[in-house]
Amino acid sequence: MRMLLSGDEAIAKGAWEGGVTVASAYPGTPSTEILEYLACLPGVYGEWAPNEKVALEMGIGASMVGARVLVAMKHVGFNVAADPFMTLSYTGVRGGLVVVSADDPALYSSQNEQDNRHYALMAKVPMLEPSDSQECRDLAVEAFLISEAFDTPVLLRITTRIAHGKGAVDLGERREVPSKGISLDPEKWVMLPVYAQERHPLVEERLGRLLEFSENFSPNRIELGDTSLGFITSGVAYQYVKEAFPDASTFKLTMTHPLPRVKVMEFASWVDRLFVVEELDPFLEEQIKALGVSIVGKGAFPVTGELSPELVKRGVDETYRPRFVSFSPIPRRPPTLCPGCPHRGVFVTLRKLKAVVFGDIGCYTLGALPPLSSLHSCICMGAGVGMVHGAQKAGMNERCVAVIGDSTFYHSGIPGLVDIVYNKGVSTVVILDNGTTAMTGKQGHPGTGIALQGEGERVDLEALVKGLGVKRVKTVDPYNLSSMEEVLREEMDSPQPSVVIARRPCTLITRGPVGSYSVDEDLCIGCGICVKVGCIALSLEGRDGDVKARVDPHLCYGCGVCAQVCPKGALKEMEDGGC
Amino acid sequence: MEAADLVFCGVGGQGVLLASEVVAEVALGAGLDVKKSEVHGMAQRGGSVFSHVRFGRVVYSPVIPLGKANFLVAFEELEALRYAPYASLRARILVNTLKVNPITVLSGQGKYPQDPLGMLRERFFHVEAVDALALAEGAGSPKVLNSVMLGLLSRYLSFPLELWMEVLAKRVPFKARDINVKAFGLGRATFS
Repeated sequence: MRMLLSGDEAIAKGAWEGGVTVASAYPGTPSTEILEYLACLPGVYGEWAPNEKVALEMGIGASMVGARVLVAMKHVGFNVAADPFMTLSYTGVRGGLVVVSADDPALYSSQNEQDNRHYALMAKVPMLEPSDSQECRDLAVEAFLISEAFDTPVLLRITTRIAHGKGAVDLGERREVPSKGISLDPEKWVMLPVYAQERHPLVEERLGRLLEFSENFSPNRIELGDTSLGFITSGVAYQYVKEAFPDASTFKLTMTHPLPRVKVMEFASWVDRLFVVEELDPFLEEQIKALGVSIVGKGAFPVTGELSPELVKRGVDETYRPRFVSFSPIPRRPPTLCPGCPHRGVFVTLRKLKAVVFGDIGCYTLGALPPLSSLHSCICMGAGVGMVHGAQKAGMNERCVAVIGDSTFYHSGIPGLVDIVYNKGVSTVVILDNGTTAMTGKQGHPGTGIALQGEGERVDLEALVKGLGVKRVKTVDPYNLSSMEEVLREEMDSPQPSVVIARRPCTLITRGPVGSYSVDEDLCIGCGICVKVGCIALSLEGRDGDVKARVDPHLCYGCGVCAQVCPKGALKEMEDGGC
Repeated sequence: MEAADLVFCGVGGQGVLLASEVVAEVALGAGLDVKKSEVHGMAQRGGSVFSHVRFGRVVYSPVIPLGKANFLVAFEELEALRYAPYASLRARILVNTLKVNPITVLSGQGKYPQDPLGMLRERFFHVEAVDALALAEGAGSPKVLNSVMLGLLSRYLSFPLELWMEVLAKRVPFKARDINVKAFGLGRATFS
C-alpha cells in the first residue's frame, strides 16, 4: 500500500510493522504526531508520560520484560531523558528499544537548536537518520532489528523538515513479535559500580561491532556520478544536495554513528572536490577530518538554522545568487495568544502590577511579546519555578511570580515547588490551568484525566500542591481581572509560598465563543488601551483625531478582557451573544 | 502534467494546510512522486502559515528553491508578499483579496502595505485576485475558503475532476462535504 505520510506518521507505521507493542512520549514539536498516530494502531499500548524521563524509564521497563518499545521526544526533551539514556547504553535492552529524537534546526517551535547527534556519540549507541518519509518507515523497522542484534538502544534522529514533511510511502504488514519475557540478570540491569565497570568494556566492544555493521549497511549508499564534485551528507541535507547537484557523486550516510570510516575514505579517494553537507554542528565533518580526509564543511555552509538547495549551491560556488522577487518591509506575523485565550487576563494583570515574571515553555511564553511584554524569562520546561525562588533568595525585592502551564507543572514544575516549600521560600507560582497541552495540539495530561488511548485517572492539582506543603492555594478565573488582581497582589505580597491556579479551559477545547463585544463609538475615545491586551480581534481604525477601536465579530470570543480595561466602558457585550 | 511546485500560504486557521494536503493527495493519486513541507506547532496561533507541495516523476528537496514555484496560492494578501520569493516570474499567483492585520500592525510596530496586489502585479506576469471568502460564504460558510482556493487552482492543473472530488470527500469532515464540493465548484467556475 502507498500512502502520503509525514515522517512522524511513517515512523509510527514502521515501528508498528516492526512489532512495537509499547510506546511512550511527552508531546513536543516536532515529535508529537508519532505517538498520536501510533496510539491508533492495533496491538500497541501508547501513553503520554508526564515528561520524557518518565517516558524513557517506562520504555526501559517494558523492554526489560521483553517488549519492543518506541519512545519519542523533541530535542530538548531528550535532555530530560538523558540521565536514563546514558546508562541504558550500558545495560542494553531485552526487547528492541528505539528512541526518536526530533531536532528543530531554525527553532520553529523551540528554545534552542541543539544538535542531538552528539548524544549518540556520547552514549556510544547506533544512530539512524532518515532523509524522507519512506526512510522513516524503513529505518523504524530496521532499528528494532539492530537494537536486538546488538543489545543496544537505537537513536532514530530526525529534524522538523523530516518530521513534518510528507512524502509517498510504501507500507508493509505488521510482524507480530512475541515478547521475550523477563530474564532477571543483575549484572546486566543493576548498574552498581561493580557491575557497571564490567558493562563499559562491553559497550566499547559493541561499538566496534557496530562500526563493522555500518561499513556494510546498504542504506549508507554511494551514488557515483561526476567525480569532480563529491558530497558526504545525511538527513534532509541529502535532498538539498540532490536538488542542487543531481549529477555529482554523493555518499548518503544513513547510519551516522558509528561512521563507516573505510567507506568514507574510499569515497574521498574517488572524488576531486569533497564537501560535507549537514545541518547544525560539524558532527560528520570533525569525524571525517579526524580520519585525515581533506573535506570542506562549515567553512562553506552555515552552522545555524536550516540548509536549503540555495545554501548548498552557494557553499560550492560563492558567486551563486538565486533569482527571485522579494518585498520589504513586510510586517511580521508572529503567533499570538488566541482571542479568548485564558492566559491573556493573567498577563494583563501582571503587567498592571509591574511584576517580574519568570516563565517557561508553552503558549504562555507568547506573553513575552509586545504588546503584552509581561514575561521576562524562558529557559526550559519548569525553569520559572526554580528561577523565581533563586531571584528571591538573591534578595530581589520587586514583586515577582513564576508562571507555568498545567501540563508543564506536571512535567517539571513539581520539584521546583518542593524546593520553595522545603527551603522556606516566599515565592508565588501561578499555574495557568487551561485543561490541556495546548501548544502541541490539545493533548491530555495528568491533570485532565484524559490519556492517550482514552480515559485516565485525574491527578488533582489543588490536592497535589497542598500535599507538597503549600498552605496558600487559591483558584481564580482569569477572565475576571479584578479578582485576578486582588489575588495576585495579595499572594505576591505574602511572605509565604503560594500557588495561584488561573483556571479556564483553552478556547481550542471549548465549544466556541462565549459571547461577542462591540464598540460604542460615542463612548470610545480611541485611546488604544484595549488594543494593548494583544488580541487580533481588536484594532484601531480611522485617522487624525478620529480614531476608534473596532472589534472583528468573526474573531471575537467574548472573554471581555478588553471591556474590563477600557476606561470609558465603550466595549459592550452584544445581546445576541455574538455571531 | 509532468511536474509542478506550489506554495500555499495564509494565516493560521484559514485551512491552508488542509488545502495543500488535498493537492498532494491528488498528485499521489495520479501516480506521481510527491513531497510536501510545512511547519506545525507555534505557527498556528494566528501566525503566518505556509506549505510547499512538489510533485513530478522524482522529487528530492521537500523545500522549493527560491524563485522556482509555478504556483503561489495565497489566502491573504500580506502573506502573498511574504512568500513571493519562492515564486518564479512566470508563476500563477492566486490571491484571496483579504487583508488580515498581524499583531505587529495592530500594536503599531509595523504598517500593512497599502496595495499588495499592485505590488505583485508590478513584478509578476500572472496575478489573479479573487474574493474567495465571498464565494465561500456563498457556498455556505467562510470556513470552506480553502476549497474555493483549490477550485481556482484546479483550473490550471490537468488532474481529472473525479480525482479532486474523491480526495476532497476523503479529507473534509463528512458533514461539511456538500458545501466543500460546492465551494470547489464555485472556485473552479471563476474566470478572471
